[in-house]
Amino acid sequence: MLDVREIDCFYGDVQVLRGLSLHVQPGEILCLLGRNGAGKTTTLKAIMGLVRVRAGTISLDGRALSDMTAPEVPRLGLGYVPQGRRLFAELTVAENLEIGLMTRGHGAETRDRTLGLFPVLRERLNQRAGTLSGGEQQMLAMARALCLDPSVLLLDEPTEGLMPSMIGRIRDVVVSLREAGVATILVEQRVDAVLSIADRVCFIESGRSRETLAAEAVRDRPDLLQRYVGVGAV
Amino acid sequence: MNGMVLDRALALHLGVVALLFVLQFILPAYHHGIVARVLVLASFALGYNILFGYTGLLSLGHALFFGAGIYGTGLVMREFGWPASAALFSGILSAVTVSLIVGFLALRTVGVAFMIVTLMFAQAGYLTSLYFNEFTRGDEGFVLQQATRVIGPFDLSEPTTRYFAALLLFAIGLLIKLALVRSSTGRVLVSIRENEERSRMLGYNPFRYKLLALVVSGAFAGAAGAMYGLLFGYVGATFVTIQYSIFPLLWVLLGGAGTVLGPLVGTLFMFYLVDLTSGFTTASLLVVGVSLVVLILWFPKGLLGTVRQRVLPWLP
Repeated sequence: MLDVREIDCFYGDVQVLRGLSLHVQPGEILCLLGRNGAGKTTTLKAIMGLVRVRAGTISLDGRALSDMTAPEVPRLGLGYVPQGRRLFAELTVAENLEIGLMTRGHGAETRDRTLGLFPVLRERLNQRAGTLSGGEQQMLAMARALCLDPSVLLLDEPTEGLMPSMIGRIRDVVVSLREAGVATILVEQRVDAVLSIADRVCFIESGRSRETLAAEAVRDRPDLLQRYVGVGAV
Repeated sequence: MNGMVLDRALALHLGVVALLFVLQFILPAYHHGIVARVLVLASFALGYNILFGYTGLLSLGHALFFGAGIYGTGLVMREFGWPASAALFSGILSAVTVSLIVGFLALRTVGVAFMIVTLMFAQAGYLTSLYFNEFTRGDEGFVLQQATRVIGPFDLSEPTTRYFAALLLFAIGLLIKLALVRSSTGRVLVSIRENEERSRMLGYNPFRYKLLALVVSGAFAGAAGAMYGLLFGYVGATFVTIQYSIFPLLWVLLGGAGTVLGPLVGTLFMFYLVDLTSGFTTASLLVVGVSLVVLILWFPKGLLGTVRQRVLPWLP
């Protein structure tokens, strides 16, 4: 599936990722945990081709992504929901979804399936995205990424600033995607939420992937959480 | 619901074209000429709005494309004796070629740099028109003889024909633009305006779409320039000055950036504001300036942009 091997990335002269490696399988939820500035978001951007990879490789089912331009990567079936949602505020909900559908030439069937996951959006199709509530905007950002019918979904802090009911809804969607065989890489600050749905956890520190463990094993290792995230037992 | 909204939008735009058609039979002769001129220049602004209002690129060099249209038409008529119909296409083709070249180079920049680069291209165009004075007659310009401004049985210098030719250009431009902004390509242009990086993350190549917008916009400007030369019979370097880069920006801002009909409203408003104020004061441009400041303060999204925001959210 998605395989990231020993990648180095830089912002200018500053090295952000140092030989970082990870992989994710179909129907698996891999969570990236680490302190602010550890390189979690940069890892997602590198996978999407938004940050140039100077060394190492990224491949999806054996196809090298690291040589591709940013617009080519989503067309292979990688959906990305960045931190802060970044919707097209002046477009309606329907038009935002259409932008996602057009990328890989999907149509009404994919749209209906996606709207089935977020029924509230169905009632807002003609509403401008900028006028939605924070939770609805997050749902739309996820729905738009799902309109690509991705085999791998990258989520960067999807529950940031949301009320508990919305967080629960997004959690349910991520779990249902796992059942549908979609691989998910999740960056999340809420460790308790992560451990309840993740299959594996990859700890990132100073741009390096330090340890990768099964999620249930992490619960028994408060020392790791303290070291890499700065929180105690959950 | 969506279909109803689309139909309503189409009906509105066809209604505006029909109204402009009927106006020809009502307007006094003096206003005939003004409205014909407004329709040609509003076509210029329609194209500018595709680039600025829908794609989010502020060009300060559109006089170059308008100039390419008017010179591309005027020079082949004067130097090679081309008929008006062929010269019209020559003008559009000239503008498309120039906008392609400018686009390939200028779209490597963004924001203020894009504005400066487009401005420099237009200034280079202006200086070129002066340098080749032998052909262009520079600032003085040249007149296209009335006898040559004919397409088939239609004498384009005749006021009624001129009005309908201007209306035809505007109507074609309006409907092309309406179709474009309602198409999937139009949605991608808006998505690039809203968040270029995000559109790239979704698999779109912003450079290609921005180049398309620039070339389509250049084609509109070229068609307007070519038609202006044919209808009003004058070709000169004045059409390549920076004023003709600023005008479409002003018209679009006034009418409403990112609205299909906004450029027409803005151009009409500006023309008649100048016309009315110059009737009672020599400081008409001062009055116009103050009016524009007040208008922008009260209607920051332009006239139709504000109407869309407050009353008609379905307005494209």
